[in-house]
Parts: sequence; C-alpha cells; structure tokens
Amino acid sequence: MTTDTNLAPAAPPGSQPRVPLSQRMQGLGGNARQYGIFGALVVIVLLFQVLTDGKLLLANNVAALFQQNAYVMILAIGMVMVIVAGHIDLSVGSVVAFVGGIVAVTMRDFDMPWVVAILIGLAVGGVVGAWQGFWVAYVGIPAFIVTLAGMLVFRGLALVIVGETVAGLPSQFIAISKGSLPNFLGFANNMDVVTLLIGALAIVAIVVSQLRARSSLRKHELYVEPMGAFVAKLVLVAIGIGILTVILSFSAGGTPIVLVIVGVLVVAYTFLMGRTVFGRHIYAIGGNRLAAGLSGVNTRRVDFWIFVNMGLLAGAAAIVTTARAGAAIAAAGQNFELDAIAACFIGGAAVTGGIGRISGAIVGALIMGVLNMGLSIMSVDPSWQMAIKGLVLLLAVAFDLINKRRAGTQ
Amino acid sequence: MTTDHILEMRSITKKFPGVIALQDVNLSVSRGEVHAICGENGAGKSTLMKVLSGVYPHGTYEGDIVFDGQVVEFKGIRDSEHHGIVIIHQELALSPYLSIAENIFLGNEQAERGVVDWNKTNSEAAKLLTRVGLDERPDTKIVDIGVGKQQLVEIAKALSKEVKLLILDEPTAALNDEDSAHLLGLIDGLREHGITSIIISHKLNEIEAIADTTTIIRDGRTIETLDMRGAEKVSEERIIRGMVGRSLDNRFPDHTPNIGEEVLRIEDWTVHHPIDQTRKVVDSASLNVRRGEIVGVAGLMGAGRTELAMSLFGRSYGARVSGRVFKDGKEIDLRNVGAAIRHGIAYATEDRKRFGLNLIDTIQHNVSASALGKLARLGVVDRRQEEKVAERYRKELNIKTPTVSALVGKLSGGNQQKVVLSKWIYADPDVLILDEPTRGIDVGAKYEIYGIINRLADAGKGVIVISSELPELIGICDRIYALSQGRVTGEVARDEATQERLMQYMTMEKDVTAR
Repeated sequence: MTTDTNLAPAAPPGSQPRVPLSQRMQGLGGNARQYGIFGALVVIVLLFQVLTDGKLLLANNVAALFQQNAYVMILAIGMVMVIVAGHIDLSVGSVVAFVGGIVAVTMRDFDMPWVVAILIGLAVGGVVGAWQGFWVAYVGIPAFIVTLAGMLVFRGLALVIVGETVAGLPSQFIAISKGSLPNFLGFANNMDVVTLLIGALAIVAIVVSQLRARSSLRKHELYVEPMGAFVAKLVLVAIGIGILTVILSFSAGGTPIVLVIVGVLVVAYTFLMGRTVFGRHIYAIGGNRLAAGLSGVNTRRVDFWIFVNMGLLAGAAAIVTTARAGAAIAAAGQNFELDAIAACFIGGAAVTGGIGRISGAIVGALIMGVLNMGLSIMSVDPSWQMAIKGLVLLLAVAFDLINKRRAGTQ
Repeated sequence: MTTDHILEMRSITKKFPGVIALQDVNLSVSRGEVHAICGENGAGKSTLMKVLSGVYPHGTYEGDIVFDGQVVEFKGIRDSEHHGIVIIHQELALSPYLSIAENIFLGNEQAERGVVDWNKTNSEAAKLLTRVGLDERPDTKIVDIGVGKQQLVEIAKALSKEVKLLILDEPTAALNDEDSAHLLGLIDGLREHGITSIIISHKLNEIEAIADTTTIIRDGRTIETLDMRGAEKVSEERIIRGMVGRSLDNRFPDHTPNIGEEVLRIEDWTVHHPIDQTRKVVDSASLNVRRGEIVGVAGLMGAGRTELAMSLFGRSYGARVSGRVFKDGKEIDLRNVGAAIRHGIAYATEDRKRFGLNLIDTIQHNVSASALGKLARLGVVDRRQEEKVAERYRKELNIKTPTVSALVGKLSGGNQQKVVLSKWIYADPDVLILDEPTRGIDVGAKYEIYGIINRLADAGKGVIVISSELPELIGICDRIYALSQGRVTGEVARDEATQERLMQYMTMEKDVTAR
C-alpha cells in the first residue's frame, strides 16, 4: 500500500517539518533494523554468558572469537556488496583454498618473503575476481552459475597446487592470525596498555566524527536528531567498545592482529558503501538495475569491480585462513561462502538486492561466531551446532520479513 | 424509485491506522448498467473496490454490502467471486509463460479427479475468446500477446466464472486507442448478457461514452452520482469539477513561449527491432527542437515514439541504429547513456517504476542519481549538499512528503513523477525528453507538471513531450510531430493543431506517405 502523503499537514513556513518517528527511522536508511540486529547480538551474547557460566566472555575466548571468525567477516564485507548489487558468489570458499595454496607455495617453494607472498595472494584474488566479473558483467551469465563454476574450478586448481597440505610457513606469516599487537607499552593493572590505547582512540574517533557530522548537519540546516538521543547513542557505543577493550586487554596477547585488519576493512568499506559514488551505484543497481542504467550508471563496470573486489577480499581471507592453519590445505575454505552469505542475510541484506550494510554483515558474522563458540564451550555435538545455526539463519530472515510486512501494512 | 439494484454499499467506512480511507460511502449500482467511478488518485476508489471484492474482509470495515438482494459478508476474494463479483486489476494478474487457456482456467481447472482435461480446457477457452472477440489460439502464451489482448483474456477469465458484476480498474490505462475502443465496445456488449460493470477510469472521454451512471468520490467520501443518460449531457468539465472540488476552467496553465536557437536536431534516424532486426521500428525520422520550445510527439501505441526517444538516449533501445544527431549545430555521438547525459540530454521514462526510480531508496538518492558527479569530490559524495538539493526540489516542485529521506516507493504516482523530473532537472540538461509525463496522475498534479514543463522551457531548455493524450499535447506544446509506423508523418504548429488533424497523421499508412 502506498501511504497517502497528501494527508500530511502542511508545515508552517520556516519551521522544521514534524516527522513521525517511523518515517524518521526509515530516513536513517533502515537504522531501526540495524539496531535490532545489534540488540539480537547483545541478547545472544548475554544468553551464552549465562549458559556457559561466564566462560564466553573470558578474555582469551573473546580474542579467539575474532581470530576464529575473521575470515567470515572479511568475506561478508565483499559478499554484502555482491548481494546488494543483486548477485551472489558461491566460489569464495574455493578461492580461499586456491589463493592460500598459491601464497604457501610462493613462500615455501620459491622462497619469497612473506610480504611478497601476501601481495601475490591479493593480486591473484583480484585476478580471480576479474575472471568471474568478466563473465557476469560483460557476457551476462548469472553470477550464480559463473561462481558455481568457479567453485568447482578453483577447488580443482587448489588440489592441483596444494596436493594435500603445504606446511612449514614462516612464523611472521602465521602471526597474522595467531599473533597480537606487540606489547611495547607494558601493563597497567595486568591490562595491556596498547589495547587500552587503541580502544580509547576508537572511542575518541567515533565521538569526534559523530560531533562533526552533527555540526555539519546543523550548518546545512538539515534535520538533527535530539541531543538526548544523540548522547545516549554515543554513550552506549562507548560503553560497548570500552567493555570489549578491557576484556581484550586481559587476554594473553592483547589485541589480535586480525581484529585490527578487520577493523580497518570495516571502516574503509563502510565509507566506500555509504559515502562514495561507487557505493551509491551499487545500491542503485541493486534497487533497480534498469533505472540505474538509464540514469547513466555504467552497470557493467560496477558489476565487474564488485567481483574484482570480492576476489581481493577472498584473497585476504585466504591469507588469514592459511596463517591460522599454519599451512595451506586443499580442503580449506569448505562452506566459507555459505557462512558469508548467511552473515549477510542475518545482517539484514535483501535477497532481491538493493538493501544491506557492511555493519549488518559484520554483526551477522559475529552472531554466527558467538553461537559457534558458545555451543562449543557447552560441548554441544558439532552436528547439532550446524542444525542450530541453520535454524538461526531461518529465524533471523523470517523475523525480518514479518517485521517488514508489519511496517508495510501501516 | 423502484430500480432493481444489483449492488448497494451502505455507509461504508474503512479506517487504516491514522487514516480514514473511506467515510460513509454509499454506492448503488443498477442491474445491467455500466457504472463509472471517478476520483483523483488517493480518493479511495481502489479501497472501495477492495472492500467490495473481499480483499478487505468483512469486519475490517463498517457498513453493509447488499448484493443481489441479500446482505453479504465476504471473507476473501474467493468468496466474492463465488457470488459472481470479479475484479480485474490495473496490473494484470496473468502468468506470462502459461497459455491463454491455462490462464483463463487458472484456479478453476477443467479437471476430472485431479487430471486436467486439456481438450475441454482449450475448447472452452476458444468459445470464451470468440465471445470477447480475441482472435488468438488458446494455446498461445501470454508473453506473446500485447497488453490489449491480455486485457481481453482477463475478461474471458471473468466470463468463465459466470460473472454477474465485473469491476475494471483502469482497464484502458495501458491500451492504445484502437484496443481501448474494442474493450469499451465489449463492455458495452456485456450489458446485453445481463452483466453489470463497474469501471474505474481517469479517461473522462471514455466514461462519457460508455457509462450510464457516474459516482464521484473525493477524499474518501461520495460526492455525487450523475445520471449520464439523462436529459442534460454531463460534460468532462462537470466531472472534473466534482473530482477536484473546484472548477478547472483551464486544464493547462497559460504560457507564452520564448523560442530561441535550435538546440537539437536529428536526421534520418532509423532503428531496428532488437530481436527481429529486419523490422524498422523507427524509419528515417527527422525532427528538431529549439531552446524554449515545447515539442510534442504524438502517435498511436507501436508508432515508435518511446523507441525513438530511448534509442536516441544513449542507444538504450534497438539494434542497427543509424542517423545523425546535432546539438547546437554540431554533430554528436550518443553511444551510451553517459554520453547522452554529458551532451545535455535527459530522458524521463514513461514507466517510472520500471525504468525511472529505485523504489526502495530515498527521495534524495533518487534525485541525485543521474548527476552524482556534481555532488562528489574524488568519488566521495557530499551528503549534506545532496540533501539540500533534494530539499530544494521538494519545495520547488511541491513534492508532498514529510522528509526527503522517505522511500520513493511510498509516494503517490504524481509525487513519484516529480521525483523523476527533479532527477533530470538537477542533471541540468539542455534537452529534456518527457515520455508520458502525466500517465497515471490525477488532474491536480497534472496541472502542476504542466507548470514545471513550462518553467523548464522558459529556462531555455528544449522540451520534447511524448503523450498519448492529444488534448494534453495540444494544450501545452508549441509544435507537434505525428508518428505513424516509425515515420514522421506530420508536423503541426500549435495554432493549427486539432485532434482530428493529428489523428489523421497518426493513422497514415506507410504507402500513403510520399517519400
């Protein structure tokens, strides 16, 4: 049903139009739903905190949570862009194994320094993405089919390159996934000072950027949310980051390196999706491909680069995965594509494209990660874990759909 | 009066959260008549029909429905169909890859013990097709026939259900004049079979021609019921007055053109059909537009108007496109949409939901979509500036929305059209091609759109308006081209333009045109 906006009372001249709450939430680009996902994550964390007798939020478990799930988060960032544009990528798991093999072989058989191996890995990921992007964007084969083929092709190539396992990788490389930031500032009350510093910087950065955004809104005489809500939001975010920081600072290593990598990627890609022309074009294509084309958006080029980017991130995930295993394994990355896709949909991405956010996908990945970890701590049978995760995916999307339907009938 | 009423809706009130869609609406329909319902978009016509057909089940509204002499309480659409009420929606609900026969009997399969009797299905369908005058085989797929014929299939489907009351929501909105005439003739004929019709239409000339009675709804209330066959003839102006609550003495705003130099000229433009590449859809068409001029393009459906515009706009349609385009006297190459936009050409589509808007995004993002580069530095969008731009057009074009952050899909048709116009005005083109700019828009909003078109011309832009409504073209254009079978068959200046003259050019056959 279309809302009959004609019935809205005309605002007196010079005054801010009175905006109903539902509209305002909608104006924030579906922020209400985002809050809902964050809420779900908090509930799940608290639930497992109780169920595991407080073991879930032990410092080393929290550090491990990020180390174990970094790959999903990295893949989910690329995947949410693919999904928003109305495509899908089934090949990322195989690409992870393939690129992981190349990276490991580069170091072990060609004696290249680990930094060079990483660059080669990312480049190969990008080329793989360009290969698939070419078929999707310029030949017009549905991404489902192109990447289904890619799933087989790159799994096969991974087996060719790796055989079974390529082990014996340099320790600096392995530290990417297993190591933490060096503790060069010592400890304060048993807390890692570097971690505390990073946490504090993150909070300051968020507060400053939010304040600047607010003053810019005011300068342009646009709608500014009430001071109370603004402060409350900031305080909640600061408390959240604060708690996480303090917990991590007690962990064995402090801040895991992968957390920094993921953090940088999240900030960069959130900016890319929300603020740049490229990001806007992705949403435009996903929302209505024909209209985007007739608005002058080069839809093929955008499609192509989305897949190049997905390949690049699959390369990054391959590096993280290989480092974590300490070896390249031909069977690595099984079902990674499904983890990433599930994270996107739990995080509110629309199956039909046009809707989805980086932050949602990350929270979706964390929800899956917390479930994994909580159930493991409770020593639930892995088979049951899988079944439970499947149900959570189903329920999350069902909940979303029902919510939308309810909003639609109003 | 002792008229035999097939339907009486008494004091119908329907509320949605925060909105009263219908208030105390009364409707009496006599048996065997064609009853028209008129009203602006959002007046409550469709809501009333949804109440009648059980889409909004009994209990969700107040008031009584008396059908065929008994009070009815429909629980759903199947319930109302069971009583012989069939509604045909504006958006046709046919399954494209099934055959005509399969569609006619969809949900009502001619089956015995669960096994479909195909011979019976096809022969029954053939009989129904003869009744509605559709010359197609029953096993033809829906995708392979035009919208006009699809409409007839819908009616055949209704007849298969032994319909007593047929409701048609904007049945001719997507049809050309010929198909419209056929459809209206058919509805006229149904009268003799004792079938009563309710027709919702924006096309007042059709209502004048076919309706026995007209009920006017405004702001969710019944305003009046007019006897169209009475002693005094009911004019279109009379109906419009009832619909908008005021008299629209002038349906088109006054405008004195200030015409300058030629801004765009196309010569020998030829376009072939994208699939059947031997067929010329546009056949060596030549036309021009000057700054400050509003040029109309008239033509029946299939004349190649939209195809001409879309092929011109960055080859968005067709194959083997040839011809030359001159902008301000210099030849230009419009090889893709980006190039067309860079050369200052804009095309606002006739099908805004499909080609014009991202319905699940906000007004501001839609407004900026074709000129995002103007708002960006180093690929980063200035969101504040973007919001200000959208805000400016909200005020200038009077887009009725509480905020530019609202989703475009939630706006009414007229307001969506204004968003499309905002998008192209912001791209600041020299030539705007507006394809059916007032389709599906109510009378009041149309007047506003005409005003916007005039202002664009006054700002020195060349405007090309494609429209199926001849009075509209005659009312706003300085010059009108007529297209027939892909050829420009005539060019008429404003003061010489009459509907008859245009129609004569628009129906000119290929051989007659001396070339």
